[in-house]
Amino acid sequence: MLAYLIRRLIAAAVMLVVIIVVVFGIFFLIPKWAGIDPAANFVGKQADPAAIEAVRQKLGLAEPIHSQVWEFFKGIFAGRTYVGGGDVTNCAAPCFGYSFRTEQEIWPVLMDRFPVTLALALGAALLWLLLGVSAGVLSALKRGSVWDRGAMVIALGGVSLPIYFTGMVSAAIFIYGLGWIDGQFVPLEESFSGWMGGLILPWITLAFLYAAMYARITRATMLEVLGEDYIRTARAKGLAEKTVISKHAMRSTMTPVLTMLGMDIGALIGGAILTETTFNLPGLGQAVLQAIRTQDLPVILGVVLITSIAVIIANLVVDILYSVIDPRVRLA
Amino acid sequence: MTDTSKNAGSTTDRGTAVGEPAAARPAGGGAFLDVRDLKVHFPTDDGLVKSVDGLSFQLERGRTLGIVGESGSGKSVTSLGIMGLHTAGQYGKRKARISGEIWLNGTELLSADPDHVRKLRGRNMAMIFQDPLSALHPYYTIGQQIVEAYRIHHDVDKKTAKRRAVEMLDRVGIPQPDKRVDSYPHEFSGGMRQRAMIAMSLVNNPELLIADEPTTALDVTVQAQILDLIRDLQKEFGSAVIVITHDLGVVAELADDILVMYGGRCVERGPAEKVFYEPRHPYTWGLLGSMPRLDREQQERLVPVKGSPPSLINLPSGCAFNPRCPYADIPKDDVTRTVRPELTEVGSRHWAACHMGQEQRERIWTEEIAPKL
Repeated sequence: MLAYLIRRLIAAAVMLVVIIVVVFGIFFLIPKWAGIDPAANFVGKQADPAAIEAVRQKLGLAEPIHSQVWEFFKGIFAGRTYVGGGDVTNCAAPCFGYSFRTEQEIWPVLMDRFPVTLALALGAALLWLLLGVSAGVLSALKRGSVWDRGAMVIALGGVSLPIYFTGMVSAAIFIYGLGWIDGQFVPLEESFSGWMGGLILPWITLAFLYAAMYARITRATMLEVLGEDYIRTARAKGLAEKTVISKHAMRSTMTPVLTMLGMDIGALIGGAILTETTFNLPGLGQAVLQAIRTQDLPVILGVVLITSIAVIIANLVVDILYSVIDPRVRLA
Repeated sequence: MTDTSKNAGSTTDRGTAVGEPAAARPAGGGAFLDVRDLKVHFPTDDGLVKSVDGLSFQLERGRTLGIVGESGSGKSVTSLGIMGLHTAGQYGKRKARISGEIWLNGTELLSADPDHVRKLRGRNMAMIFQDPLSALHPYYTIGQQIVEAYRIHHDVDKKTAKRRAVEMLDRVGIPQPDKRVDSYPHEFSGGMRQRAMIAMSLVNNPELLIADEPTTALDVTVQAQILDLIRDLQKEFGSAVIVITHDLGVVAELADDILVMYGGRCVERGPAEKVFYEPRHPYTWGLLGSMPRLDREQQERLVPVKGSPPSLINLPSGCAFNPRCPYADIPKDDVTRTVRPELTEVGSRHWAACHMGQEQRERIWTEEIAPKL
């Protein structure tokens, strides 16, 4: 078990380094191929060549790619000092550089937005896990019944309707129609009830989509597991049916659900762009959308890296949980 | 049973087989396991699948009954029926229709409260399955699974139950049982897994043990060990054992009595030596002829039973075996295709269901079949 853990941790660390290098490489090459001068971009319109040159010096854009990657990599772990154009700027670790648009340091901006996205992703995940898994299990146990068919029709709706549709409809009803909530995001530090009020609709909207997918996979897996020989063995032992389901069948059913959960949460932490835009939540998704519109490469780079890290960590957690559930994984 | 009306062409309704001692027995009395006119039918979109259609047999403690027959003859369905596993947890599926009587030690199981039957499962009757890898839960250790089986029926703490598990693993010949008890099924070899499965099924000293193809998934070298183990354990625990197999070799090793099934019914039943040396049904001859033997000349070819197993939805009318039977035309008046043969006594405790006259069958066996085996 310990050996397995260490192997997984090392693999995760290696993956992280590879991602940083590759992602930086891509973002270094894109402006080059697109014929955009990042330095000119940074300085803005009507810049004189001297200012552009100064920025180029300061950001090290004239250096060869390997030394730029190295500087960027070092910046993340040890901080970075930009020297050029007559002044010195200190960027503390983890340094992801500066926004071309706002000229703000990227890391604090991202960290400002991160809790919003995290709360959105985790809250929705909790909700869809509860809803999706229980609906899926019930559907499987009552296969062919009115309940099963009804739940599966709703689930089909859930996977087919886009977030901006369900989100708009729920906003129209609960914010503008009934007026139960005002729909404004309030940071947790200011007011818990306000925070809940701002997130409840995004949670439900996001959870509806995912709960539908989870209900379908849970139902399918549960039906498959119920046909397994070891379930028959459990009954042959004289186990009560509810123990057969809750202990023997559930444990096997949870493994694919867990795999999905890890990937989904990881991807959502990188920003639920549609949900955040629909509900105007100041999360990472919204930030990256703005950055894409304005070609603010360093911000995009930062968000991509955070997403990657989130996916890696989520997968690491899933791998560990997986090995707790399924002993065969520990050998692999 | 209105179902039989669907079966166009079958003239006689099955009724209780002639010569079956079960018919005369008073309810609840008699043999330790007494199955009477068991029918297990499955409704499907294509029609009613009559997997078992009027099966009767008895089994005493300390005796072994071998049920043989090809795939789809109703062997496994019978065993699951006795265990009550056709009705437990069939979610949303169309329910199997089961009728007849199954008396276990004076209790009729089909009419009993399902929860009562559940409590008998594992304690009074236990089962060994064909493939021990898929029959054991991959996520629990061998020990956890045996402990669970024991604690369902015994109010003991986990420590005591684990001691019992180690003891059982030791008994079935697993080396270092105190260490292996914490292993997972995938860490065991096939033979070891089946030993563990046997340990689990015997942990509550069941009076009835059903082994459904216990050696089919195992290496040949391991098969003999497992069969020896089952035999030894039966002697030790004095349980009644049903061995279900398509392998006559397994039956020869273990069984006191043999029941040959074809198309959901019994075609021949009797003491093992009778069924092996004086079989009185053409299907049994076919099974014996298709059994490989080391003492036979290599040039001689095995004789398979020609044709394929009958459709259980629409059994051939008359004798279900008639389309495959080389002797189907011997009885007069096309009786093999119109009248279903009943089991008739052909010797002491030996029954067969065939339209041919007894002398005729005796002659065919001694003159045509036996010399070639």
